[in-house]
Amino acid sequence: MIRSELVQLLGTDNPDLSPREVERIVAIFFDSITAHLAAGKRVELRGFGAFSTRARVARVGRNPRTGDPVDVEAKSVPYFKPGKEMRARLNV
Amino acid sequence: MSDSDTLTRADLAEAIHGEIGLSRGDSARMVEKVLLHLCEALSRGENVKISGFGSFVLRDKGERVGRNPKTGVEVPIAPRRVLTFRASQMMRDRIVEGDRAAGEAGAA
Repeated sequence: MIRSELVQLLGTDNPDLSPREVERIVAIFFDSITAHLAAGKRVELRGFGAFSTRARVARVGRNPRTGDPVDVEAKSVPYFKPGKEMRARLNV
Repeated sequence: MSDSDTLTRADLAEAIHGEIGLSRGDSARMVEKVLLHLCEALSRGENVKISGFGSFVLRDKGERVGRNPKTGVEVPIAPRRVLTFRASQMMRDRIVEGDRAAGEAGAA
């Protein structure tokens, strides 16, 4: 399923909303999650899962083409942990 | 926001209510519907790709032998399907920028 298919399904569920409104709702949903993670906070959607960020330490990486060492800064990366109900639903 | 640091369904519904003007009840129902559709697609074994956000990718794990860490007894771990999330480059970039901004604010 891709984003446009999700918008289409939601539109079918809600014929009183315009496609533009549905598209905005989907955008708000996902952008709110990203914005919150960017602020260093957690997002918890019970039953579905939780989004958080994890710290990565600075390290010396390599340019894969030349093999030259390059400094990689310490940074945070997004992480998702599926909820219990979700995990159960995938294995029925 | 409902809780200090954690974003929940209620906050997503409030954001929709505030920006679209949909009633609080309808906004909450939309949040549930989005989650329901994501969950249904994944239950059917379909990966979900949300451009600008990331992909939910299903992986099938084979059976393997595990060990009870407390007793050391070997137990078989059944084959199962797990869900992983791969964030889009856009989300990764925004998180790195957010990090940097927080670091500078802290140093100032």
